[in-house]
Amino acid sequence: MIRDSEMPLPGASSGAGVPATQADTSSEVWAEAQRFIDGWKGGINIAHEALDRHVAAGHGGDLAIRWLGKNGTRRDLLYADLLAEANRFANVLTDHGLHPGDKVFVMAGRVPEIYAAALGTLKAGLVFTPLFSAFGPEPVRTRMEIGGANVLVTTEGIYRRKVAAWAHEIETLKLVLILGDTAPEGCVALGPALAAASPAFDTVATRPEDPALIHFTSGTTGKPKGAVHVHNAVLYHAYSGRKALGLEPGVKYWCTADPGWVTGTSYGIISPLVNRATMLIDEAEFDLERWYSTVQDERVEVWYSAPTAIRMMMREGAEVAKPFDFSSLRFLASVGEPLNPEAVVWSEKVFGQPFHDNWWQTETGGIMIANQPGMEVKPGSMGKPLPGITAGIVERVDGAVRELGPGEIGELALRPGWPSMMRAYLHEQARYDKCFVDGWYLSGDLAMRDADGYFWFVGRADDLIKSSGHLIGPFEVESALIEHDAVAEAGVIGVPDETAGEVVKAYITLNPGFDPSEALERDIRGHARKKLGPAVAPREVVFRKTLPKTRSGKIMRRLLKARELGLPEGDISTLETDET
Amino acid sequence: MTSPDYRAVFLEELCRIAPDIDPETVGDNDHIQDDLELDSMDILNLVTALSERLGIDIPEKDYPAISTVKSAADYLSRQGA
Repeated sequence: MIRDSEMPLPGASSGAGVPATQADTSSEVWAEAQRFIDGWKGGINIAHEALDRHVAAGHGGDLAIRWLGKNGTRRDLLYADLLAEANRFANVLTDHGLHPGDKVFVMAGRVPEIYAAALGTLKAGLVFTPLFSAFGPEPVRTRMEIGGANVLVTTEGIYRRKVAAWAHEIETLKLVLILGDTAPEGCVALGPALAAASPAFDTVATRPEDPALIHFTSGTTGKPKGAVHVHNAVLYHAYSGRKALGLEPGVKYWCTADPGWVTGTSYGIISPLVNRATMLIDEAEFDLERWYSTVQDERVEVWYSAPTAIRMMMREGAEVAKPFDFSSLRFLASVGEPLNPEAVVWSEKVFGQPFHDNWWQTETGGIMIANQPGMEVKPGSMGKPLPGITAGIVERVDGAVRELGPGEIGELALRPGWPSMMRAYLHEQARYDKCFVDGWYLSGDLAMRDADGYFWFVGRADDLIKSSGHLIGPFEVESALIEHDAVAEAGVIGVPDETAGEVVKAYITLNPGFDPSEALERDIRGHARKKLGPAVAPREVVFRKTLPKTRSGKIMRRLLKARELGLPEGDISTLETDET
Repeated sequence: MTSPDYRAVFLEELCRIAPDIDPETVGDNDHIQDDLELDSMDILNLVTALSERLGIDIPEKDYPAISTVKSAADYLSRQGA
């Protein structure tokens, strides 16, 4: 296998002691997984695996995407159609003088063009970064700055509301492509550009370790991190789609995750296409009866969703589901946060199939631990590691780690080396190196392994918030809050919520001259929503005179959370100023 | 007892949940998700707030009926009648 020296391998530049070789069994699994992909010109290109090779093998007439528009419109794209669209997009990029390695950011709803854009970007050897379209201007700007965005693909509305004011300050930005037939000053309308571009394109011969995707993920402190994934990750996208979801040629598959997040890319674009499945894409947001009708009418076989959506289904009760025919369903999976045992039991009753929980992260690039097809489901458990993946429960002791036994709670860790492992945090070598200790990748999640080898999620080891399956960094929220004139300090935590898992709650202190009031609370929340978007902004803001802080002045979010939940406060020896 | 001004109540609860919205600028036919950018958690919170305030139960299948100020005012006055 070709290795590119430009991108560091996990822990390669650190003295962190990552093992030089994997267990033999893992390498055998990856060698075996190689049969799911073809390779391209001595290297590997994700888009070639997803499109070209299928069309070359005579499957151009197979249905790649069935798109359901918000307003009842419907569009089918065959593999040959999607290939032509991706080729046109790749030509638009090269016609505008962009080169392999340049960064393409995409921020839009679930419309067919963004799938062609993702694949066209990869074909041209550029790097694809999705952004969640509900982000407010600040998260967008921060990510485009860190990522060094060269191209932005978005809608006119999003551009005007969230980007136009500062786009000229992003020095790397060369091209803004606007979906549709018209574009504001300085931008290019994508519709006419695609129509004018050739539907033929010779896919760039990327090497296995060339960067392909950058997914941003939140940190507890500091800015969001850009996890870099390479073209060779497609090996794992192909393999894990088969093993953990049962994706295979012709399967009717619906991944409800938005492509603005890693699930919506790995399993909402790449894995299904590489496995030649038929993807169903619904442009609309969650709507219970629409979802049930879609499963029924489109004869969905494999359904990959998230706990928040499943809990919304449960809220409405089994009665609402009764009139629908779910007999097409073969496999149901869930990801984003732990799926409650009741939801597993409920789904089996309502759909005739339980939702199978699985676990992975932006950093892992693909499903690591899963209740796999054919395996006994333990409700509430995330399942067992996929073949080839070695997982353990560890505790950190003096710069090393010690593996814990069954029933003990510790940090969930993985032996590095699977193909879709992140290769870097962009421009953040130190933060990247910190993830690897003693030959383990440390996930930051606390978990337990039972005597049967099933893993059980316990909580986060840090202050990150999981809301509707999205990871939110408190620092990013706090930073936006203190930009409000009235706010002196802010401490942000996640509080339990029946539907979203957790919701963001902010504790703030005010600057002199400001007094707590309902109007001010609203004004601050409104400010945060404008800056951050509804998915990230706090749903609740409470006023305090002081916040609990350490001697070094760090706000103790852990303590705010323990008090919120009525839990023991733990070690408070570093507490200098208490909350009032 | 006179019936409440459903339009005003809806707008008030909408802006309590999403204070980034200026009530003065909300059009009668603005879609609360597509135009006013509420997310699904906001919608749930809005439904809960309306139910608590008006004592009107809004089942999930009726959510489309409250997607604009105008349609919500019509819907709520029908349900509240």
